[in-house]
Amino acid sequence: MTGYIFKRILATVPVMGVVALFVFLMLRLSPGDPAAVIAGDYATAEDIARIREQLGLNEPIFVQFFTWIGSLAQGDLGISIFTNLPVTTLIAQRLEPTISLTITTLLFTIIVAVPLGTLAAWKSGSLVDRFVMLFSVGGFSIPVFVLGYILIYFLSMELRWLPVQGYKSIFDGVGPFFRHIALPTMTLSVIFIALVSRMTRASVMEVLQEDYIRTARAKGQSEFKVLLRHALRNAAVPIVTVIGLGIALLIGGVVVTESVYNIPGLGRLVLDAVLKRDYPIIQGLILLFSFVYILINLLIDLSYCFFDPRIRY
Amino acid sequence: MGRENMNASAHPVLTVRGLTVRLPDDADRDFAVEDVSFDVGPGEIVCVVGESGSGKSVTAHTVMGLIPRKDLTPVAGEILLQGDELLTKSETELRRLRGERMAMIFQEPMTALNPVMKVGEQIAEMLEIHSPMNAQARNQRVLEVMKDVSLPEPEQLFHSFPHQLSGGQRQRIMIAMALALEPGLLIADEPTTALDVTTQAQILELIKDIQRRHGTGVMFITHDFGVVAEIADRVIVMQHGKVVEQGTAGEVIGKPQHPYTKMLMASVPSLTPPVREPVDRERPALSARNLNKTYGSGGWFKRGREVHAAQNVELVVHRGETLGVVGESGSGKSTVARCIVRLIDPTDGEIMIAGNNIAGLGEKALRPYRRDVQIVFQDPYRSLNPRRTVGQSIVEGPMNFGLSKDDALARARDLMNVVGLSPDALERFPHQFSGGQRQRICIARALAMEPKVLIADEAVSALDVSVQAQVLELLDDVRKRFDLAMLFITHDLRVAAQVCDRIMVMQRGQVVEQGPTAQVYASPSHDYTKSLLAAAPGRHTTFGAESAVG
Amino acid sequence: MTDTPSTSGKAPGLLVAPASSDPHLFVLLLRHRSIFWGGVLLAFMVIVAVLGPLFTVDPIALNPLNRLKVPSGDNWFGTDYLGRDTFARVIYGARISLVVGLAVSLFAVSLGLIIGMVSGYIRVLDAVVMRVMDGLMSIPGILLAIALISLSGATLMTVVIAIAIPELPRVVRLVRSVVLSVREEPYVEAAIASGTNLPLILIRHILPNTIAPLIVLATYICGSAMLTESILGFIGAGIPPEIPSWGNIMSEGRTYFQLSPWIIFYPGIALAVTVLAVNVVGDGLRDTLDPRIARKM
Repeated sequence: MTGYIFKRILATVPVMGVVALFVFLMLRLSPGDPAAVIAGDYATAEDIARIREQLGLNEPIFVQFFTWIGSLAQGDLGISIFTNLPVTTLIAQRLEPTISLTITTLLFTIIVAVPLGTLAAWKSGSLVDRFVMLFSVGGFSIPVFVLGYILIYFLSMELRWLPVQGYKSIFDGVGPFFRHIALPTMTLSVIFIALVSRMTRASVMEVLQEDYIRTARAKGQSEFKVLLRHALRNAAVPIVTVIGLGIALLIGGVVVTESVYNIPGLGRLVLDAVLKRDYPIIQGLILLFSFVYILINLLIDLSYCFFDPRIRY
Repeated sequence: MGRENMNASAHPVLTVRGLTVRLPDDADRDFAVEDVSFDVGPGEIVCVVGESGSGKSVTAHTVMGLIPRKDLTPVAGEILLQGDELLTKSETELRRLRGERMAMIFQEPMTALNPVMKVGEQIAEMLEIHSPMNAQARNQRVLEVMKDVSLPEPEQLFHSFPHQLSGGQRQRIMIAMALALEPGLLIADEPTTALDVTTQAQILELIKDIQRRHGTGVMFITHDFGVVAEIADRVIVMQHGKVVEQGTAGEVIGKPQHPYTKMLMASVPSLTPPVREPVDRERPALSARNLNKTYGSGGWFKRGREVHAAQNVELVVHRGETLGVVGESGSGKSTVARCIVRLIDPTDGEIMIAGNNIAGLGEKALRPYRRDVQIVFQDPYRSLNPRRTVGQSIVEGPMNFGLSKDDALARARDLMNVVGLSPDALERFPHQFSGGQRQRICIARALAMEPKVLIADEAVSALDVSVQAQVLELLDDVRKRFDLAMLFITHDLRVAAQVCDRIMVMQRGQVVEQGPTAQVYASPSHDYTKSLLAAAPGRHTTFGAESAVG
Repeated sequence: MTDTPSTSGKAPGLLVAPASSDPHLFVLLLRHRSIFWGGVLLAFMVIVAVLGPLFTVDPIALNPLNRLKVPSGDNWFGTDYLGRDTFARVIYGARISLVVGLAVSLFAVSLGLIIGMVSGYIRVLDAVVMRVMDGLMSIPGILLAIALISLSGATLMTVVIAIAIPELPRVVRLVRSVVLSVREEPYVEAAIASGTNLPLILIRHILPNTIAPLIVLATYICGSAMLTESILGFIGAGIPPEIPSWGNIMSEGRTYFQLSPWIIFYPGIALAVTVLAVNVVGDGLRDTLDPRIARKM
């Protein structure tokens, strides 16, 4: 068990290394002069020189790499070109709304998608099953922001049930927090629910074919307990795996959702950075999101131990 | 049809009358089982035998109410469990009966147990569903039944997961689970097929013992006549969904009436080796010296976890001779075969083919020798590329060695005759053939290379007994005709007895005994060989008119 | 022979005949309901994208007097803040979406196929390639695309490449898993034993097994590429606004959403319908070609 945990933790190191190397090389190996591209169409030669200096592009590439890795190890993600503030500071300011939105979305997704997928698998071919499949193919097809605007149009503008845009911290009151986060959560959840319910359905369906399900039925066990005790627990590994992999999808969705609902989170930071060509911010956020993704998936890998006693080392 | 013994007992546990189950419209026949009638009395073991597709499993699952009603619909007949009609019962009523009055054990004890639940809890679940016992009483009872099926240290095993147990232990857990509520009827669906022969013998003994002590009626599904001879009080023979013969074990096995039963009995290979022509021992085709294959060395975290799949294996096979390699699963017999074909690289040792050591050769240097050794695998459904015609599969090898396409096809046509298929089979795809036919095609593919050595790796193990007999005959025939040295890998002592000149017994990667077949079977010297032979089911029985294979 | 063709007993009728050996595969596919209707819808969108612009007004003609008009007989989808006809722009946008979808899936699948085959068969490379793929997979696709585009400038080509690269790991993993499982098949071992060389084994026995799952994956990638393209356009990192794409039309409509929501809704619906058609075809293909691959993607 400890061997497995240790091995999984160690295995994340090369992946993080690859991410870091990738991000590092992306700027250096991009065609043309990245400093000029970042500076934009109306930049003067001094602007470009200043950016090149700021990004450390004048040094030999190995020196650049080690300086960069060194500062990265100290938690230094560089300085924003536009605001001249450290990227870490900018990230810290925007962290809370994104974390709130991600957590509400994750919870909402799991509460909705897992029972829905299980039901669809159990009654495969039924009306419920068809609805789940239809919902999931629809969820994969509608762009997040279009969905967001549709929800705003009907629920906020027409029915006036919920605020159109904005964000209230949970520390400013639970009521306003939920009123503001409800729509973004629903918007962001749809594609995630599509993904998770589909995977739940597929893996529960597969488990239901297994011999031990037949054994449980041969014992005279009720269908509900067959599903809960035998099927779902065995289907858990692929389900949590897809939730982990789906985090990447979620992060992409956060960027868009935050801009639709005007939420001052990391997604908005990305958007602003894109518009202002503030590359250090983009780079910092890529590293942050990737590492978070790797960590979450590490935790999920470790959770396999809990779901499946066969995993040892 | 041998129904004289229908009233074997006054109050049968199970009575099946005129049972007919319809198959879905797109199936190859209308009914999975048709007009099936039989009884199982208390304390009686009734074996239902038949080849694949005979409907024996469907019958068992219908009794349990475990068939998907959408696909398989019982349309006629009745099933009485201790007098209660089952076919008209609702799902809830059936659920109450399952486990309590009828229980079932399955073929594959690994997959039949929930892998993420402790085995003790899985037995306890049975009690939880059907009895008002509290948790403590339940655990007490679980330990009792675990002792009853002779599981060692039940207190510790209670908390184990299925993967931590051996195959035999898992099947004992299944049996303990089935017996927890003392049901009147136990249905056993091929419960020993997935087990090694020594474990099989123990489990069969256990089932007999339990049936004797508890008076349980047992419906035992199997395809293995050795097992039937070992355990059955009465036998029901099924073919294409119908009962063709039933009677006491002695009657059906000793004096079969129906032609199908007669044919089946004649196909059962005898454990007594026939007299074989002497082999010219001056022409070795293949030899291995000090052959080793070790897995799991290397790697950062796996120190000390080496598995010796094959250890110091020595063997010689002469032209025209068949060497049988027998052993249970994990004995290393397949590892040896795969090393010799060089599908895996031996860790150490020599493999001599035509005077050359091929053990350490790289792929390029090895290539000329590839044609000398050919192999036929176990699974006929995976041995042929489903996307290529039979002809394409057969000519591939010869064309690799420079034969023109026309010549290769001509050779393939000749070989189709040799293996008993029509030459137009070459244009068809593998899925158009049955398992036995595919195995013939695989033999033809191997022969097309004009090999000196043919390795049959469990080549008849996946086949029904009647087909098995035919394929064995073919293998023996091509050995003679092409003067092949044959390495015959099998777990089945009956099969080995019929086709092998010499036998080599393997256990845990090592050769424990080697000698002429008749001698090994008559007076085994090693304890392991003795225990294997002692465990062979039906060893004291003669099947119909004794088999004529070989 | 006494044994009839059956499926070794366990589940009668479950053995599906291999797809590629069936001469009427195309007919079989068209008979599948969702492939048929998805295909019809998709064909319609393609026709609109190819021929539509011949019949519409100029999508970039400004008409400042005619700003933010509601949909009417003259402007079916209304006009935007510069008075451009939204209908014409949406029809033009279809071209970009479809081209991006097709190009991304072709690019990702062909490159991924090569990498996956090589890495599945050459052990030394495998470890390295898979670590790189793991790394690539942990970078959120949209962010990676944004970064690539912001460094190289936004053109149709860079957008396609930037969207395709994050999709690569999915393809490589799929191909590799097929290679790893098929190479253990006895028929591949039989081919090795009869002296077939590595390139032939790969092409003759392994490659055909990757085709069905890759076709299915390609349709899914096509759908998600169109979505990603629109997101990039929407946040202003995609194809520049001179060329109308569904993403950038919606991006420009954001400011005026409360006034004229149709600027977002019409291209949004067009996009959703197109992606839906692609995904529905993908689901149908998956069901028909190979139900077992469902789990791998």
